Amino acid sequence: MDHFPTNWGRPRNDGFDAYGTYPIAQRPYNGLGNDVFSEGVQRTQQPIVTGTSVLAIKYKDGVMMSADNLASYGSLARFKDIQRLHPVGTNTIIGAGGDMSDFQYIQALLDDLMVEEFTEGDGDGHALGPGEIHEYLSQVMYARRSKMDPLWNSLIVGGVKDGKRFLSYVDLLGTTYSASTLATGYGSYIAQPLLRKAVEGNEDNITEEEAVKILEQSMKVLFYRDARSLNKYQIAKITSDGVAISESRSVDTQWSFADGIRGYGAQTQ
Amino acid sequence: MFRNTYDSDNTVFSPQGRLHQVEYALEAVKQGSAAVGLRSKTHSILLALKRSTGELASYQQKMFRIDDHVGIAIAGLTSDARVLSNFMRQQAMSSKMAFNRPVPVNRLVSAIADKAQVNTQEYGRRPYGVGFLVIGQDQSGPHLYEFSPSGNSYEYYAMSIGARSQSAKTYLEKHYESFADCSLEDLIKHGLHALRETLQQDKDLNVNNTSIGIVGAPSVHEKTTNVSFRILEGETIQPFLDTMVPKDAPAAAPAPPASTDEDVQMAE
Repeated sequence: MDHFPTNWGRPRNDGFDAYGTYPIAQRPYNGLGNDVFSEGVQRTQQPIVTGTSVLAIKYKDGVMMSADNLASYGSLARFKDIQRLHPVGTNTIIGAGGDMSDFQYIQALLDDLMVEEFTEGDGDGHALGPGEIHEYLSQVMYARRSKMDPLWNSLIVGGVKDGKRFLSYVDLLGTTYSASTLATGYGSYIAQPLLRKAVEGNEDNITEEEAVKILEQSMKVLFYRDARSLNKYQIAKITSDGVAISESRSVDTQWSFADGIRGYGAQTQ
Repeated sequence: MFRNTYDSDNTVFSPQGRLHQVEYALEAVKQGSAAVGLRSKTHSILLALKRSTGELASYQQKMFRIDDHVGIAIAGLTSDARVLSNFMRQQAMSSKMAFNRPVPVNRLVSAIADKAQVNTQEYGRRPYGVGFLVIGQDQSGPHLYEFSPSGNSYEYYAMSIGARSQSAKTYLEKHYESFADCSLEDLIKHGLHALRETLQQDKDLNVNNTSIGIVGAPSVHEKTTNVSFRILEGETIQPFLDTMVPKDAPAAAPAPPASTDEDVQMAE
């Protein structure tokens, strides 16, 4: 006969001697490492379904942003029809790289915020502009990283309010910065130098057509060099007239040179 | 005092469709000393009459700064006002923190009005016993609002609350059309004249019993470049009191006299 009631069968929590029946030397250990739930709570430790670069520039009439339509699952091109540019209100757009499920959460958060704004002050002339949205996002991102549970994104917030262009960045750490050209992810290595060369000092002269050209050129270079990118992307523009996101488009590419590269395609020797 | 069957509980309507507790709360505002608010195209100002309980006591504070761009003047229970102004300060801070934006004045006033409304409807609560004049400046310019314990809030060109505020209101109604284009000095002069109307016969405004709150560019009488909300008290308001037209003087319009110190005299 087993005289320890705690051994008679308990639903859960073996770490606790509820009836004090064990001799102290045999009492089940309650401390760290013995918690049956210790592996039950997990936080994001890496992104899963990811989007790659977002590019954005200031130009004469406002801000232009582009991102491709791919959401990768590791190196697999898993979803090819994902929009990574999201309008917020009437004069702001956010573009997201990084974890797409976290981005969807951010979209829901911002949509809720806009509904709240609508209910408490529609048409009172105090609509949230890009600057306010960016500050809000940076507070959210920093709060989440401080909980050791970051939203795994790099975000670009762009917009026009009261005739002023706004372009700013925030990422999973809550780091923020502004510039007249911004790029996230792989684009910050490959496209950013091209964008700077084309835009810096020229922000007030670049026309809409030129701005589209600059982004198209950079997207093409990214498609050539970034293995997680797709030749299907959208361009958004934000002017004082509001927000417009284009249909998906692509650029012409040349791959004939690849024949001569060893390692590309089927090897004959 | 009069007794009434339907006044012991604010959730019960009288047969006339009135909430007596709420109306009594409005009476508490009328017991408080007067406050006056005015607005021009460039400024919003508050003027308030401070009371002291006796020769040995200090004067009761009538104005509170909420944020750089918002301030209030109160009439009624000061302790209730402190609770509400605390709440307003929190709202202002959270707007700055979350959106890096000074809280829009209309939303701040709506927020306390919503808070006050709850107290007129829920069992076991009492309405606030205080009314505010709120001034502030935001993206849409200078503003003046009145908040009252019934949960109502309105925007005004000029308004007065508190004891004998009807006399001030009468003055304001007579002159409000000129306020929009007034200079700050003229606006304050109008405000002081209106506030003076609320005084008893033998009393007058002085540096001890008057507070002035301003949002907007500084006056020539101020030694500051500050455009945010500030409260003037004590000796700093003497220059403004000096601009007032004496009470028993003929009721001349408070327009500046034609200048006589031109350095060029026209020949006849």
